[in-house]
Amino acid sequence: MVADPKTEIIGPAPPTADAGPTAIQSENGPWKGYRQLLLARLTELKREPEVIFWVFVFPILLALGLGIAFRDKPAEISRVVVVAGPQAARAMSLLKASPSSRSIRADVLPSADALNRLRLGKYDLAVIPEADGRFRYRYDPARPESVLARAAVDDALEAAAGRKNVLITSSEASSEPGARYIDFLIPGMLGMNLLNSGMWGIGFALVDMRQRKLLKRFVATPMRRSHFLLALASSRLVLMLIDLVLLLGFGVLAFHMRVMGSWVSILVIAALGAFTFGGVGLLTASRAQKIEAVSGLINLVVMPMWIFSGVFFSYERFPAVVQPLIKALPLTALNDALRATILEGASLPAQAARLLVLCFWGILSYVLALRWFRWT
Amino acid sequence: MQTNEVAVRCRHLRKTYDGKVEAIRGLDLEILAGECFGLLGPNGAGKTTTIEILEGLLEPTSGDVEILGKSWIAHGRELREVLGISLQETRLAEKLTVRETLDLFASFYRRPRLTAEVMAEMALTEKSEAWVGKLSGGQRQRLAVAASLVANPKILFLDEPTTGLDPQSRRQLWEIVRQFQGRGGTVVLTTHYMDEAERLCDRIAIIDHGLTIASGTPTELIERLGGHHWVEFDATHNGSIALDTWHSLPGVEAVHEVEGRVVLSVREPHQTIPALLAALQARGSQLLHLTTRQASLEDVFVRLTGRHLRED
Repeated sequence: MVADPKTEIIGPAPPTADAGPTAIQSENGPWKGYRQLLLARLTELKREPEVIFWVFVFPILLALGLGIAFRDKPAEISRVVVVAGPQAARAMSLLKASPSSRSIRADVLPSADALNRLRLGKYDLAVIPEADGRFRYRYDPARPESVLARAAVDDALEAAAGRKNVLITSSEASSEPGARYIDFLIPGMLGMNLLNSGMWGIGFALVDMRQRKLLKRFVATPMRRSHFLLALASSRLVLMLIDLVLLLGFGVLAFHMRVMGSWVSILVIAALGAFTFGGVGLLTASRAQKIEAVSGLINLVVMPMWIFSGVFFSYERFPAVVQPLIKALPLTALNDALRATILEGASLPAQAARLLVLCFWGILSYVLALRWFRWT
Repeated sequence: MQTNEVAVRCRHLRKTYDGKVEAIRGLDLEILAGECFGLLGPNGAGKTTTIEILEGLLEPTSGDVEILGKSWIAHGRELREVLGISLQETRLAEKLTVRETLDLFASFYRRPRLTAEVMAEMALTEKSEAWVGKLSGGQRQRLAVAASLVANPKILFLDEPTTGLDPQSRRQLWEIVRQFQGRGGTVVLTTHYMDEAERLCDRIAIIDHGLTIASGTPTELIERLGGHHWVEFDATHNGSIALDTWHSLPGVEAVHEVEGRVVLSVREPHQTIPALLAALQARGSQLLHLTTRQASLEDVFVRLTGRHLRED
């Protein structure tokens, strides 16, 4: 139904002001859109205090907390209670006279009290002197420190009582950087951060923009879609660089961690990780319309990898049957590659299998994501 | 600035969602370069679906769309360069400033306008360094339109540009649309406000249930109802008098009853009203209520559909 194209303006008169020609900017180059998108994204991130906290501060706090909690303690001190009785004083003086007296702390308590405290774990071992001069040990074989205390006290008492050692031995303490928990942890945190960054920084951000109809608004312009995705990925790459320097720098400065591999290899592996998880994030976000939906999906992807991929503890603890599955996960490959490079100084070619696993997941994700991705 | 060049044309447009819901059921439009064309209709009539198909953001199930004589399939990128689009409720990035947002949108076009000039035109210069999240509703809407104007478009598509705005912000937006039109631009907008359509649009298509039920200039549409004015009255003994009686009064073109009151559609109220009063007096009935008003597009809509525009 086409009406007669008659022209008539109802209401106030047509405009008078500002109807002149408009000023035009000089022509934009083909990469102008990409540069402006990246700039806008970084500006936005900079103004988001939550991003600064979760991306930069939180991993360092977590590493600090775990590093302190599981730090290598000085030689363990055994806590021993001696049950009061006529022979208690003899036990105490023997312990004091023994060569290992500094690693044993002993108290004398009445029988009921002593056994109760042993049961509660306040003491690792109870020494019960018998009337005939023998000593009876009471300990909990399920507690390593209890077993240790039994051996230490037995050794101390025997030595103090005049046992002759038939073999001359000596020992030295070894707690080298590279074998401690913090050394294991920092590369794992780096891997986990790359995963989180791809999933939340790309996956979540995209669905948020889709829900706000911002994606639709962008595709209503001549913006190149590839530039948009590239800018989003580049912004994460910038964050990744800062993260890498912060976390490794923190390990080196605060825990005297030693970086054995080359920084170039580490960078290449981290960038590959960022690329892969960017793809997984994109795939996760390809269809979801609501941020609630994508949050669920992200947790579904992230949770198993947090548990199985050896972020906080070695995945070797899982049964042998599932090991091949665990090794096929992208985060496992990334963590293993980072650890081998940072802690053992492994070269890139030596990591080929792990890097291939990463590439496989990355390429698969991008192919599927670009096929399924919805802009509106 | 108007020529007879066609800016937007669509034929036999259909859109079916999920193979079931028919949002548009065969729509034809022809929008001329330089005019302001309004798609008027209640919520859910298919206005947004229509405008998004015209904007190339939705694929029609069937039918053709031509923008400036070109199709979306063959000339998509080229068309994007010359269209300015403002969607219904886009929430732009809250933590970018007005200037940053406009610079970003300008960067997508080969030859955009100067952002400073667009800000001045949209009365946003004062807010240029303010975060989008801190803007008022009216300012946000002006920014949304500004983001489409930096493109230096030939055609401006506005989907419900003034929904939820206060009267002053609405007027400001109307002024912006007129300015754009004054520079020779073509405007296509959707609205469910009749006053907006009446005052702003050169031509209108009234859409309901996915079909154009009427189109033309606002005056044409109102005239087609058979009168410019309505005289509505209530009197004692009204019920006992046949409605047809009122037809014989001078200038009456149509008579109907709405909620117990008689409504006359008249050309010249100053001829009809004295005759009406005389007729009532002659019958010995007393006037209880009398109002007259100009017919509006709302009346056109009610007449065509039996429903009000704003009822859902």
